[in-house]
Order: sequence, then C-alpha cells, then structure tokens
Amino acid sequence: MVQINSRIINNKRFKGNYWHCIFEAPLIAKRAIPGQFIDIKLSRNLEPFLRRPFSIHNISGNKVEILYEILGIGTKILSAGKKGEYLDIIGPLGNGFTYQNKAKLPEQKTIIVAGGIGAAPLLYLSRKIKAENKIVLIGARTKEQVLCEKEFKGSGCSVKIATDDGSAGFKGRVSGLLKLVLKREGSKPAAIYACGPKPMLKAVAEIAGDKNIPAQVSMEEHMSCGIGACLGCVVKTKKGLERVCKEGPVFDAQYLIW
Amino acid sequence: MNINLAVKIGKLKLKNPVMVASGTFGYGEEFKDFIRLRKLGAIVSKTITLKPRKGNLPPRTCETPAGMLNSIGLENPGLEVFIKDKLPFLSKIGIPVIISIASEDSPVEFIELAERINRISVVSALELNISCPNVSGQKSLISQDPKATYQIVKSVRKVTSKTLITKLSPNVTCISEIAQAAEAAGSDALALINTLSGMSIDIDKRSAKLNAVCGGLSGPAIRPVALKMVFDVYNKIKIPIIGMGGIIDISSALEFFIAGATAISIGTANFINPRTSVEIISGLKEYAQRNKINSIEKLIGSLKI
Repeated sequence: MVQINSRIINNKRFKGNYWHCIFEAPLIAKRAIPGQFIDIKLSRNLEPFLRRPFSIHNISGNKVEILYEILGIGTKILSAGKKGEYLDIIGPLGNGFTYQNKAKLPEQKTIIVAGGIGAAPLLYLSRKIKAENKIVLIGARTKEQVLCEKEFKGSGCSVKIATDDGSAGFKGRVSGLLKLVLKREGSKPAAIYACGPKPMLKAVAEIAGDKNIPAQVSMEEHMSCGIGACLGCVVKTKKGLERVCKEGPVFDAQYLIW
Repeated sequence: MNINLAVKIGKLKLKNPVMVASGTFGYGEEFKDFIRLRKLGAIVSKTITLKPRKGNLPPRTCETPAGMLNSIGLENPGLEVFIKDKLPFLSKIGIPVIISIASEDSPVEFIELAERINRISVVSALELNISCPNVSGQKSLISQDPKATYQIVKSVRKVTSKTLITKLSPNVTCISEIAQAAEAAGSDALALINTLSGMSIDIDKRSAKLNAVCGGLSGPAIRPVALKMVFDVYNKIKIPIIGMGGIIDISSALEFFIAGATAISIGTANFINPRTSVEIISGLKEYAQRNKINSIEKLIGSLKI
C-alpha cells in the first residue's frame, strides 16, 4: 500500500445520485486486485475528519476509477472535486476477491450479485474473471437506480435485473432473482460473488450455503484508519471479530457469522 | 546549527521526543509501508491484557466534529500471543518499545503483567493504562481516584525496574491530584491524556452511533482540554510529561512542548495521515532552526505568562 497525491482526471455524474471519478494513480493501479479499496482524504481541514473508503471500480492503465453515491458530507465534497485537483489517497487496501483467471469451460458459470452501489467493485471483478459464462444480477430500488448494466455487458456478462418496485426486470429483491436463476440454470455455478447491503449479502450467503456453492461477499463497516490499526471496522466471523479493512473487505460468505 | 532533539523519560533516552500513542499504531507493522519506523522517538504498543480480549461489538468508531469516538474495548491477543507474534517485529525496529498494559478483572493483573514484561529485555518501558474508558463492568477508572492510582503505581513499581509511565484520564475533577499521586508512588513519567468520555446519537434510528453507546473522544476536538491538563500538571510535578490529545501537525505539537510536555504522542492523526509523526519530527527541527533553539529541552514549559 502507498500514500500518494493523486490527480483527478475526471469526476462526473454517472447517473442520478451516483458519480464516477477517475484518478491518476500508477502505483495503486499496478497493484490493485478486484475487491480492494482506496482510502481518500477529502479535505485539507477537519471536516470531514476521517478518510473515506471507496472500492475500486475499475483500473485502466495507470488510472483508478471509483463509483460512488452521494450520501453524506464526504461524498458531497468529493463530487465537487475538479479535474486537475489532487487528493491524498492510500491504497490499494484490504483483501480482494479470489477468482479464476484462466479460461474456464463454458458450463462453469460464475454469478455476480450487485445490490445498489455494491455494483462498484464488481465491475472490475467481472472484467478480470476469464470465464465464458458470467451472469450478473443487478438489484436496485427502481429502474433509475440500476447501475452499470451496459458496463457489465461490455465485460462479457449476461445481465439480469431486479427492482424492488418492478420498474425493470424481476420484481423483488435481487436475492429472489438469484434463487430463480439457480433453479432455472440447472447446473451448479462455480462461484458466486456479491456486494451490496448487508441483508442482501446475508440472503446470498444463505442461498449459496444451502446449495453448497462457494460464495465471496464484500463487507462494509465504519472505518477510521483503513490500514488495520484502529480495530474499528470488525465483523463477526467463525474465528472471532476480524477487520473489514485488513482481513476483508472480501470474506468467504460461510466464514462470516450473520 | 546542530539541534538536539533528545530527551529523557525516566531511564529511557529518546533520540527525539515524538512517539506514537497506544491503540493508534497497531503493533507497528501496519505503518511500515508509510514511514521509516526507526525515525520515531519511541513506539507504544496497543494495550495488552493478561488474557486475550475480543473487544466490543461494532460499530466501534464514529466520526465527530474534529475528532472521533471509539469503543474498541481493548481488543488484544493477550500477553502470550503478543510476545510470540507481535513483539519480534517491534523489537527489530531499533527504537525504544513501550508496552501499554491494562487489567481486566483485578488490578493484581497489572503486577503479573509488569513482572512478566520486566524479564523481557527488548521492552524499554511500561505504560500503565489505568484510564481506558471502554472496559465494561468498571464503575470507575483507577485513574479517577488518587488513592487507587497511588496503590497500583506503587505495587507495579515494586516489581519492575523498567521505566514506568502512568497514563491518566481527563475524566476527573482535578488531574493534578492524580498526577501527584502517581509521582509519589514512583512513576517515572506521566502520559496525558487518554480519551474523554463521549457519545453520539443517530437521530433517525434514535440509537447511539456506537454499539457500546459511549466511547472515548479523541482528535483535535480534545486538544485544548489536553493542553490545559499538561499545563496544570507541569506546574505541580517534577517527572516528565508525555503530552497527547489531538496533535495533528507541527504547530499543535509545539503547543504541548511549550505547555510543559517533554515528549509528545501522535494518536488519532495516525489514522488520517500515517506520516504525521515523521512530519512533526522534521517540523521540530525546522522550528528550532528558525528560532535559534539548539535543544528541544529549552522549549519545554517555556510558556510566557
């Protein structure tokens, strides 16, 4: 991991309340693996006081991309960041996804489940997995909030959508769509990867557990340092409390205690 | 100009007066990618207890104006695992290693910990954490009572020849009284301050932001309180003070020296800028150069009144 002053190359509204920011960060770009994150100092003064963690959305050359939702003061300040400005970034941090990077047989399916802004780290993953049969299930509250449909398709995935209000695709939770897909697909997928709200991840973990499918989930918890020092961001695992920023953010779904 | 940054804390000689505070620097390893650890004056470990402690359930931290609350709950692997897994890295850095210790159920544990650590030659000093606000079941802290402080420092003093630092709580009416008790009992130095008790509420959920409801406040928000306590205590005792509480840069570090601190510790700032400590060391040299001060000792307690 490195601490660098990174130049904003682009920072634009992606869709609705979601923004997309590209940084020039060769040292991070070179090392980052899908599922890892960066920790950004968003202001030179004391507000906000702590860094903010963002999962790595994509890497292209020496550039690191993030996708974020404006939720509080930190993301609001970030959205005002202009091209050419510099931000203090630490990364790449945490343990990412483990995945197959050699070509797989077509019958070995990989299922990616993205809930809301949980789509952010999964795009980079979908680009890195060298399988022929990749299915992405995108969950959102409404059609307007469905993220990265085009981008996932561009990385060679087939995409299915679930919305809470039924305005696009399957009406209901994305975990419900996952159940349906598993039923229809017949053969057992090689792996499931998921990121999204905790109740969604819990549902995915249960479904995967029932069917004995290996599943990895990316977790979230209040973080103060992002580098494993403060012990703030812990989650319950079978071996006790572990840090999201260091042992995670990606965990085996069955290793966690939900 | 040759500037002497060296200070003495008890028997301990520090090449510079900048340390990192317990609980904010892990066990050193977490920072090895960001700074050259051997540049630090000393390193203070996360607090160790006799037995392993799981700590509190999350959320354990939350951001507050110019600071943060934590209720980690002294999570640590216990003395045995610490010695086996964490101490080898710390001892290889080549700077003084200070081990912070705390008791859980009975103050007697302090004595056992101190006896055990006294036999470990790579450890330079002990810091008695009698001021952690995050251990449930404790009605009050040892450091909230001058008699209890005196007794615990006295008992530990009997079993260790290592430099003894007592870390005090700001959650008291008169910190000088506690500081004097620790000095009278044989403490070589005082570390002040630990975190201030605090809480924060999520108004939508109407629940506390921390799972443990209350926690310890740190960061620049507590700096004026910490500074005043260093100032108060400096005028009442003779042993050195290690000042801490919201130091994030050279100017905040200098305030503590001027108020009476012999050394300073960087705490929460490590979370935001892992390079804070080494930036302050360079800042001290520049400040001394600019002000024609050839020794940091001339700055200590130099407040003009």
